[in-house]
Amino acid sequence: MDSLIQAFRDIRFALRKDEVWRDVDFGTLLDDDMTVATAADCQPTECYCNIPNLETVRLTLVNGFGNDTLTTTPQGVVYGSLRAARAQRPDLVDKAMGRYLQRDGQQRKANAYDALNASHFSDGIFIYVPDNVAVAKPFQIQSISRTEHALFLQSRNVVSVGKGSRVSIINCDDSYGMSRSLSNNVTEIVADDNSTVYYYKLQNMNDLSGILNHTYATLGEGSTLRAVAMLLNGGHIRNHTEVRMLGTDAHTEVHGLYLMDKEQQADNYVFVEHARPHCYSHELFKGIMDDSAHGTFNGHVLVCDGAAKTEAFQSNKNILLTDKANIVSKPFLEIYNDDVKCSHGSTTGQIDVQQMFYIRSRGISEHTARTMLLYAFCDEVIQKIDLPLLRNSLSDMVKKRLHGELTVCSDCALNCGTPCVGQSFTIDPDKL
Amino acid sequence: MALLSIRNLHASIGDREILKGVNLEVNRGEVHSIMGPNGNGKSTLAGVVAGNPKYTVTEGEVIYNGKNILDMPVDQRANEGIFLGFQYPVEIPGVTITNFMRTAVNEQRKYRGLDPLPAGEFLKLMEEKKKVVEMTTNLANRSVNEGFSGGEKKKNEIFQMAMLNPTLAILDETDSGLDIDALRIVASGVNQLRSPENATVVITHYQRLLDYIVPDYVHVLYEGRIVKTGPKELALELEEKGYDWIKKELGE
Repeated sequence: MDSLIQAFRDIRFALRKDEVWRDVDFGTLLDDDMTVATAADCQPTECYCNIPNLETVRLTLVNGFGNDTLTTTPQGVVYGSLRAARAQRPDLVDKAMGRYLQRDGQQRKANAYDALNASHFSDGIFIYVPDNVAVAKPFQIQSISRTEHALFLQSRNVVSVGKGSRVSIINCDDSYGMSRSLSNNVTEIVADDNSTVYYYKLQNMNDLSGILNHTYATLGEGSTLRAVAMLLNGGHIRNHTEVRMLGTDAHTEVHGLYLMDKEQQADNYVFVEHARPHCYSHELFKGIMDDSAHGTFNGHVLVCDGAAKTEAFQSNKNILLTDKANIVSKPFLEIYNDDVKCSHGSTTGQIDVQQMFYIRSRGISEHTARTMLLYAFCDEVIQKIDLPLLRNSLSDMVKKRLHGELTVCSDCALNCGTPCVGQSFTIDPDKL
Repeated sequence: MALLSIRNLHASIGDREILKGVNLEVNRGEVHSIMGPNGNGKSTLAGVVAGNPKYTVTEGEVIYNGKNILDMPVDQRANEGIFLGFQYPVEIPGVTITNFMRTAVNEQRKYRGLDPLPAGEFLKLMEEKKKVVEMTTNLANRSVNEGFSGGEKKKNEIFQMAMLNPTLAILDETDSGLDIDALRIVASGVNQLRSPENATVVITHYQRLLDYIVPDYVHVLYEGRIVKTGPKELALELEEKGYDWIKKELGE
């Protein structure tokens, strides 16, 4: 086994008692014939994830590698591959990269998975928005694994948004056909004062894919981050998000929806730091678990001593369809200030009886009524998406997923001709 | 043959018996009003006929259109033509009214061996039926009853009734929570939907609604039984005297 993969495997052992990382076990997806992706594995591809009618600026990573080009727009927005950016615009990259580890002149230590990525990542996407620019078209980062043999991938994206600017980023994690891969990816977001960043994550991978996905965001005064992750399918997905609000009046929303079945696993970890007064944070995570699917929600809000007038809300709601499906939910608030408004809650339950009766009293069958209510359960998270066309597209994908009609190729415009494997998500009324 | 025939109906919630032998016959083309003090079983009666799982029937039968419906699933009763207008319409965030009604209309059509209604025709039907209750709001993106005012919720019930065109409509306190204008609109909606082929059962507390929806029969439901039946004038008498005189008549 490659030493890098061995190192990744060893981290699990080192962190086995760490509260944050102890659930992270990609064991079955990591095997001896897995190799580390190289530039040679980056086959040029026209594969893309299509969002009907939505025009985006597409930035593609195949097996963790970009196309090594960098574009500068007349407004001064710079985007392209991180490799190219480091070569051509080190001034911009160095200002943003690793900034989330710096604090008051001190350097924090990265966690072991992040450090492994930092020292060995292949490539990634770089996006720079200068001060006072509202970027019209959303960026669409598509991270595709496309391989004949099992690959270990590490990519790193860096997003730097200037004062008073606004940008939307859609990040799609896709797998091609039955590619087998394990990814350890990092996205860094630096949102300067009064900027707004919308960050949407759309994850629809095959059951052989594992992804450990880190998002580290640093927010300045008056800035807004809204991150919404849609975990539609995948062998094992862990979204590890850390947001640090270092200025006053910052606004953070981190939301997620996960629909898992078979032996799949979905982990959502969110850490939000309120370092300064008058900041707001809200987390809403909802999931439906079928078969033997397993999930975790781990939310940690830290309200520092000086962070008066903090508002922080955490909510995790789950529906379990079988006796074997399970979820470990741990909302957690750590507060060192008296002048705060905080709440956290977690529910794991089933469908509301009176809603069922109301729907059925209009002649709708029990099966259809349940499917409607399951979709309705998901809708609250879907509504957090600000781009209407993306919202519609996601709403369709969620409906397909609930009807067992979604495939890894759904909305892939490649038309590769490889038969797609349908992903059953069989809603059997008897399960509830 | 009566459209609805309820015989010696007993029903309970948990261990508490609420209906203690209700008898009622409703024919096509008739409007019946059921009145009575709070907590005496009016809503329970409506719920049992519609099939609310909250209630358990312990005795008696409900024959609708020649069929005993007590063993019928809720949705089948609806597709057979029974409609319940809820006293407290349930909010369903995330289900749009359009989607809700399209599904309901098409399931009803399927039950009757008809093809689904094409989208264009469905939307035309919706616009047409909205007029029955003077609904002006754009329903396309609104969730069922979510954030609706009391009046909007009740109008929405009658709108759904218009969409589904039931043979037997049971309206459970459709007038509660309505201002005078909304009351007039809702009542006028119900009247527009009346025909010699269908029947309406109106459950209400107040005679006022019956100024608009004129009943053929007024029944008083007291302590789980219908203790008095009379013409529409009975409602006026109740309005004037309250329920005490009925209790006295019963020797209590």
